[in-house]
Amino acid sequence: MQPFEEILALVKKQCTHSDAVADEAATPKAIRVHADDLLPVMQELLNHSSLYFDMLSCITGIDNGPGHDMEVAYNLYSIPFGHQLMIKVKLNRDNPAIESLNHFWRSANWLEREIFDMYGIVFLNHPDLRRILMPADWEGHPLRKDYKHQEYYRDIKVEY
Amino acid sequence: MGLLDKRFENGGIIVTRLDDVLNWSRLSSMFPMTFGIACCAIEFMSTGTTVYDMDRLGILPRSSPRQADVMIIAGTVTFKMADRIRRLYEQMAEPRYVISMGSCSNCGGPYWQHGYHVVKGVDRIIPVDVYVPGCPPRPEALIGGFLKLQEKIRSESLVAPKAIERLLKESETHAAV
Repeated sequence: MQPFEEILALVKKQCTHSDAVADEAATPKAIRVHADDLLPVMQELLNHSSLYFDMLSCITGIDNGPGHDMEVAYNLYSIPFGHQLMIKVKLNRDNPAIESLNHFWRSANWLEREIFDMYGIVFLNHPDLRRILMPADWEGHPLRKDYKHQEYYRDIKVEY
Repeated sequence: MGLLDKRFENGGIIVTRLDDVLNWSRLSSMFPMTFGIACCAIEFMSTGTTVYDMDRLGILPRSSPRQADVMIIAGTVTFKMADRIRRLYEQMAEPRYVISMGSCSNCGGPYWQHGYHVVKGVDRIIPVDVYVPGCPPRPEALIGGFLKLQEKIRSESLVAPKAIERLLKESETHAAV
């Protein structure tokens, strides 16, 4: 198993926009990177012979409310080495967008669709970015802090 | 029941009303649609097992809405599901009945406040005949719902529909005036 410090050093080498910040209190230990550094960092984590994070277990969207930012957290796991890692990025809440990881891990496809459905975060270069849970003609993104549901959906009242 | 508890004398001939025979046969063979949406469907399935044996009441699930008399809304109705439910209901032949099973389909259940995705009661989409409370209702409760529906069917009339009789009576009084 690779020590966290060595993973952090490898990630820092890939960061060109801003330095990677470690959060060792998180479970699993997390590294925060700039959104524009996501693709090179993820490529290194996937392909480096001593890391080989071959499984993207989960993607989480976080909305910190109006006036704050949005976040996306990626949970990675390496089946041969058994180590885990979390990568976090911050996004602008007014126009949240980030590169899709579908070409690295196919599991990203549906996970990113769910984040898009619930938070309205756009995943650039995603092959099929549609809603996955809500109906296609639903208005708004329900897990945003300032979400207000519509009054009627296809003539059915939404409120209790 | 009015039929089987009469003694079969007079050479096996009994005299009864046509409505009673029709209703007795209908309420003794209610075929629900094989259709479950959430955890209530598990209790619906349990109702069909040997322990509760809903077949003893002549209730056995049919896999097509064309062959079904009763639709049991067994679970949470989401807005995405609403159109499908309405469509299945419209595919059923009349006379058709709906049993709303459990809190979710009765009124939205635990999703009544924050469940943006849940229809707050299936009666906003299709007419409901019997509401079965519970979360989820036990098989006994569902059978109780079927017995309530039997009562309702027993009091109906296919030979002389009451709504039409009422309309006829109204037109007669209008003519008299």
